[in-house]
Amino acid sequence: MSAGLDRREAVAALLAGRRDFLVVTGLGSASYDVAACGDRAENFYLWGAMGGTAMVGLGLALAQPERRIMVVTGDGEMLMGLGALATIAVAGARNLAIVVLDNWSYGETGGQPSHTAHRVDLAAIAKGCGWEDTRTIVDAAGLDQLARALDRAGPIFAVIRIAPGEKPRVLPPRDGAFLTQRFRAKLGSAEP
Amino acid sequence: MNTPDWPDQIFDVLKRAGVRQIAYVPDAGHARLITRAHQDPSLQAVVLTTEEEGIALATGAWLGGVRAALLMQSSGVGNCINMLSLPANCRAPLLMLVTMRGEWGEFNPWQVPMGQATEAVLRAADVIVHRASTAGEVAPMVAAAAALAYDSRVSVAVLLSQRLIGAKQFVTQGAAP
Repeated sequence: MSAGLDRREAVAALLAGRRDFLVVTGLGSASYDVAACGDRAENFYLWGAMGGTAMVGLGLALAQPERRIMVVTGDGEMLMGLGALATIAVAGARNLAIVVLDNWSYGETGGQPSHTAHRVDLAAIAKGCGWEDTRTIVDAAGLDQLARALDRAGPIFAVIRIAPGEKPRVLPPRDGAFLTQRFRAKLGSAEP
Repeated sequence: MNTPDWPDQIFDVLKRAGVRQIAYVPDAGHARLITRAHQDPSLQAVVLTTEEEGIALATGAWLGGVRAALLMQSSGVGNCINMLSLPANCRAPLLMLVTMRGEWGEFNPWQVPMGQATEAVLRAADVIVHRASTAGEVAPMVAAAAALAYDSRVSVAVLLSQRLIGAKQFVTQGAAP
């Protein structure tokens, strides 16, 4: 097993040059990683509602079929909402990508091993749910291929094996009403 | 038994309210409405594995400028509780239409605990609760709930009472010992 990619560098590589992406992040380090690339109105960070990130992505993807939606979350958050993988595959959104940053552990709570440390394979679960493009990325070449795949249409479920360990926290805004209003205003759907 | 009109009336109300995503966990009381949602090409009907998925879906839809509604049975309300923090924090609207079990002539005792707790649990989570007990009040109540949810950006549940829906029939005749 490789040591894993650097989470900040991996997320930065996926977001670089993709300023049109609408990004939804799961609570904890995934939010900090995306915030470290620069806060922007098209980012929506969950600070709670664990297990709900992928489904927020689906609602957004169905509402905005012309945009690419990227969900960035962790293995623990994804594990809490596994049913969403089935629901999203059945719903058939073509513009939703889920990127799971997998460090085999619950970073926010002391690094306890998650189920993926015990060989639970998230990409295999997604494949079993009917996702067309599932991949587990372990090196820079795989990351580069994922970045290019994100620029094409089609649903993608990608697990990125990242190195364990905490990064300096880059805290995005945590007022949900502010984040929501800012996001909607950017899309032109804010109401007076 | 006559086919009730209120499911079709709910469908019309949701259409008039501009709802474009309808998420549901399959439920007998909502069967007609679910069928109508799937038949309408202007709607996206999303089948869920668990009700809390629909809370997150509705918030995502709102982020994208679209209104969603969520259909479930009272047993599913218990699956939603922590996820209700999402629309609450985001000042995002949530409209839930809940068919009740465990309250009126219920045959299945497993439905009773959550059915009896549904209203209190929703109120504890800051969801505004309306309850319809007669067919005639369903459509205006759902219309008012939709306006309240989408215009004031709050979470609203309409409970469709088991007396309205009719207790589920498990046996055709007679009583068990």
